[in-house]
Amino acid sequence: MSDVVVARGLDEALGALAAHPDATVLAGGTDLMVEINRGLRRPSHVVGVAQVPELRQWSVADDRVVVGGGVTYTEMMTTALAEAAPALAQAARTVGSPPIRNAGTLGGNLGTASPAGDTLPVLAALNAQIVVAGPDGERRMGLDEFVVGVKRTSLEPGELIVRAEMDRPRGRQEFLKIGPRNAMVISMAGLALVVDRDARAVRCALGAVAAGIPRAREAEAWVAERVDWDNGAGVDDALADEFGSRVADASSPIDDHRSSAAYRRHAVGVLATRALKRAFAEGDSGDA
Amino acid sequence: MPDPYTLRVNGTDCEVADSDIAESLLFVLRERLGLTGTKNACTEGECSSCAVLVDGVLTCSCLVLAAAAAGQEITTVEGLGDGRDGLSVVQEAFVDEGAVQCGFCTPGLIVAVHDLLEADPDPSDSDVREALSGNLCRCTGYGRILAAVHSAAATKRSQP
Repeated sequence: MSDVVVARGLDEALGALAAHPDATVLAGGTDLMVEINRGLRRPSHVVGVAQVPELRQWSVADDRVVVGGGVTYTEMMTTALAEAAPALAQAARTVGSPPIRNAGTLGGNLGTASPAGDTLPVLAALNAQIVVAGPDGERRMGLDEFVVGVKRTSLEPGELIVRAEMDRPRGRQEFLKIGPRNAMVISMAGLALVVDRDARAVRCALGAVAAGIPRAREAEAWVAERVDWDNGAGVDDALADEFGSRVADASSPIDDHRSSAAYRRHAVGVLATRALKRAFAEGDSGDA
Repeated sequence: MPDPYTLRVNGTDCEVADSDIAESLLFVLRERLGLTGTKNACTEGECSSCAVLVDGVLTCSCLVLAAAAAGQEITTVEGLGDGRDGLSVVQEAFVDEGAVQCGFCTPGLIVAVHDLLEADPDPSDSDVREALSGNLCRCTGYGRILAAVHSAAATKRSQP
């Protein structure tokens, strides 16, 4: 096999990975090529998956959204996915710039598994199942099983991220992130908040404030008992502030070159307060 | 080493042999094919100086593994000209509006503006700012660049 295989089908990609389990998978290149250009990584073999049709597929059903690993951020923003998974579209919108969003993919964001990966809190809040394929067939897992540390996944050699399958609940979704400007920014703190009106549940997951992508489960349960599910009364400031404080308790940020731990913790609480107010705007009982 | 491969650049097939696995499309365009219009600056997708179209999609060529682009249609800034002195409407507008200072970011901007006007013939100011949000210019305040985009859009709309 050549050192570089551009797979045209899932079987070809998996075959190339089986032949060279140490091969580096290349999706949109927005992370990998940076490392290659800097000389930080020098793959022995590359399997390009950007042109694998099975990975480019996505589908929307009444209660489910399925997004292939090769779907780009631009596609998440500009197709029917944007209506079916609005927080995913909002997160995609905050990634890089148009050429970056044309190249970068959901599978690439998952494979890099950075705590600052913008789609990851959305996937966590939408109860996504990550489906991977390998020599022994497919297996599936939640995001907390897939991301096992900073830039570490539970992918085995020879395995490929195929798709993410997520809920499509009835209710508002928000993705918010903090950075120095509105484009080309790696998140200093990010948050996805999803309302499931049928389950009377609020789901909230955090980015760039922990080694993984934590769900703020205590805050979720606390707020679900206190919002007005029936009459669209909105949330008052005290409730939203307390929710923000409880969400911040689910973070465990560090100091680094992008931000301080204290700022990240503060910021993610503010994002939670803001997202809750938007998700339960006065007069919105979720029927629209 | 990758097997020899063929890149289709501006309508011409270009053979690439004896290449290194780590070569980006940007590197191959400039160093092997002599197409130096595409600029090399950040090599991490931050500046869009290296923007090209790959199968019609606006792309940072520094983030494309060259061997993986075999078989795709690549258009560089050299492949865009068609009007006065071989310049495109967008290029002419940049000249006429004085939207070029040191010029290093200009090819990437030209490619990005071609891409924008292909999708949206009459973009608003905020559409333009969004479309060019990845193109860094460190000389100007972007005002003349914005003026050039609107001028090019108006010219293109007036053409049959």
